[in-house]
Amino acid sequence: MNLYRTYNQRTISSGIKDNTLMIALAGQPNMGKSTIFNLLTGLNQHVGNWPGKTVEKKEGEFHHNEHAIHLIDLPGTYSLSANSPEEIIARNFILQEKPDLVVAVVSAANLERSLYLVSELIVLETPLMIVLNMIDVAEQEGFSVDAKILQAAIGVPVIPMIASRASGLRTLLDYFDDFIDGKLEFYPRLPQISADHQHVKELIDELIEGFVPEYYPKNWTSMKLLEGDIEIFDILKSVLPPERWETIEDILKQHEDAGLAIASGRYEWIERNIRAAVHRPKLGQVGLTDRLDKFATHPIWGLLFLAVVLGLTFWLTFTIGTPIQEWMDSKILVPLGSLAQIWMIDAPAWVVSLVVDGIIGGVGAVVTFLPIIIIFFAAFGFLEDVGYMARAAYVMDNFMHWMGLHGKSFLPLFLGFGCNVPAVMGTRVIESWPARILTILLAPFVPCSARLAIIAFLAPAFFGKNAFIISWGLILSSIVILMIVGVIMNKIFFKGERTAFIMELPLYHIPNWRTALLLIWQRSLSFLKHAGSIILMMSVVVWALSEFPSGDLETSFLAQIGNFFAPVGNWMGFDWKLTVALITSFMAKENAIATLGVLFGRTEEFSLLQTIANTYTPAVGLAFMVVTLLFIPCVATVAVIKKETGSWKWTMVNIVLMLVVSIGMGSAVYAIASRLGL
Amino acid sequence: MQSTPLIPLADLKSGESATISALKAGRNINARLSTLGFTPGVIIRMTHNYGHGPIVVNVRDTRIALGRGEARTILVTRAKE
Repeated sequence: MNLYRTYNQRTISSGIKDNTLMIALAGQPNMGKSTIFNLLTGLNQHVGNWPGKTVEKKEGEFHHNEHAIHLIDLPGTYSLSANSPEEIIARNFILQEKPDLVVAVVSAANLERSLYLVSELIVLETPLMIVLNMIDVAEQEGFSVDAKILQAAIGVPVIPMIASRASGLRTLLDYFDDFIDGKLEFYPRLPQISADHQHVKELIDELIEGFVPEYYPKNWTSMKLLEGDIEIFDILKSVLPPERWETIEDILKQHEDAGLAIASGRYEWIERNIRAAVHRPKLGQVGLTDRLDKFATHPIWGLLFLAVVLGLTFWLTFTIGTPIQEWMDSKILVPLGSLAQIWMIDAPAWVVSLVVDGIIGGVGAVVTFLPIIIIFFAAFGFLEDVGYMARAAYVMDNFMHWMGLHGKSFLPLFLGFGCNVPAVMGTRVIESWPARILTILLAPFVPCSARLAIIAFLAPAFFGKNAFIISWGLILSSIVILMIVGVIMNKIFFKGERTAFIMELPLYHIPNWRTALLLIWQRSLSFLKHAGSIILMMSVVVWALSEFPSGDLETSFLAQIGNFFAPVGNWMGFDWKLTVALITSFMAKENAIATLGVLFGRTEEFSLLQTIANTYTPAVGLAFMVVTLLFIPCVATVAVIKKETGSWKWTMVNIVLMLVVSIGMGSAVYAIASRLGL
Repeated sequence: MQSTPLIPLADLKSGESATISALKAGRNINARLSTLGFTPGVIIRMTHNYGHGPIVVNVRDTRIALGRGEARTILVTRAKE
């Protein structure tokens, strides 16, 4: 059997000028794939989900020398086995959608490991190009890779790049040109299956002959069967006649070790191909990453370092963000309100009230949160891009174990301090389903920036100089509550199950500012869209409920709703206004303040803060802050929990859980605080 | 010459190197590990092992953090000094 298959030179006729060239971008995580995708497509990209999956799909289009090129960013995967939904998506896209070209991004600094995906891609029929990225990081770690030698060894084009500095992009585009003109030659040398399994593979090849779905290459299918691939196993089981399938199952049982042998075979292929291309002039040199990791992953220094990093992130977020927020509030929102009043001088009073109090007041208050959220996400994104967040996950692993989770769950939870919505989506990095569900259930316990801002706003009203200590105490308590709930939930729902912790610690490197800015742009845009729709609607609804039926607040619908829930509110010392504020925080946490603004804003003598301080005792204030921190997640978070878990059951569990915990804690705090005479 | 005994990866001290002999986790974990470069015969270096909690190893120029449980299922032979 000839394993050194040769591709015919792929010639594409000049007809391509009217068509679109479809290129799929493949690569393992941490290879700089997104940076290359952003370099090529710029802002002309579309972010969505793969059909029916909670995996992000990014595609974009760009023009180069009169050719339209459609670029699809495949999910970052270590291999093409059926270990995760990402891997199934990546391989099925290549096999079924048949892109014209696959570009595999590998890292010169992790050459062996990153070529593993190439060893799987190269056996597929689609022509392959390799981008050898991060040659600068490789040098920083003390070695170099010769792209020409690698190209000669593997038999497909290898293009060296430093994507973070956009270097090598021209060459890549030139290769696209050559590909379109049919000038490129592909003579890939394929990895072989070890001799002792060759015979078995041929046996399976014969048995499945004629039954394999047409888009799966037969050669590849038998290989995947031997590897123990669940998806291929199920597909063939359903299409093969039972007696044939039984024979195959027997063969597979006898060769359960084949998966390991195939992986080893691929690594042998890689070792052979890179032997001549990699130079290590300074053997045994301790690279930058190892030197930094001495501290960053140390059980004591690492935790201290993490505490400092987190502290700095918060400090940066609030010292830069808060003044901007206040500036926007006083210099944009207030003048805008006055301006609107002048414009609408002839309009009926209720229209003016709707626009000024309802829309500008409500939506505006939320939009002013944008600077805080942007700065937090920028800091998080930077730490992630540099490679630090994996270390943070590593040092937090011990603590996460108390809840039956592992270090990876720390990342989405930390993201939750910015906003719970990306936190819930961020749980996709967790492989095990029970661990992912538990992390999703816990994510809303992390106080998001909106809730932090409520605390920062209200604490001075009740506690003056002690506001700072009280705020930190509240935040720390909510994290302690998160852990207690985690331990209990793990016992009840997941029987203390433990999941495997396997995580790459990427090499430290300087991120690309363009990619970083683009990410911030996308996140801000989605936040604004959210503010524009749900919160606009809610602000108008709250305004309308407070205005109708009588135009008098005390007898409005809103007051009636508040009075209906008053018995529960009483446990925590709330009057109907606080109860309503809490209820509207379900739409968006920031609404609690916006609602209080609407409810109290009409007495002009004092500022909102003074009015609140004069109205309620500190015990009520403390209870209100505790309940706000722990109350049911906002509607956007609930929606994303439903989407990510795909289950109303877990969504309801989450809502009920938080409702019980928040009202319980709020009542307890009020009872204790009022006994203490606060 | 005595043959070197098989020990779990978790027993390796920081800075020590070893050769992987076998993976004894379940089929799924084995597949994930071998994809990341943990294959029999490869040299592996313990970067951080503090006696409890997760460990960090260097395999094929990649740093991988592993839970202690996973590290117990990988059998290695210690490299001779």
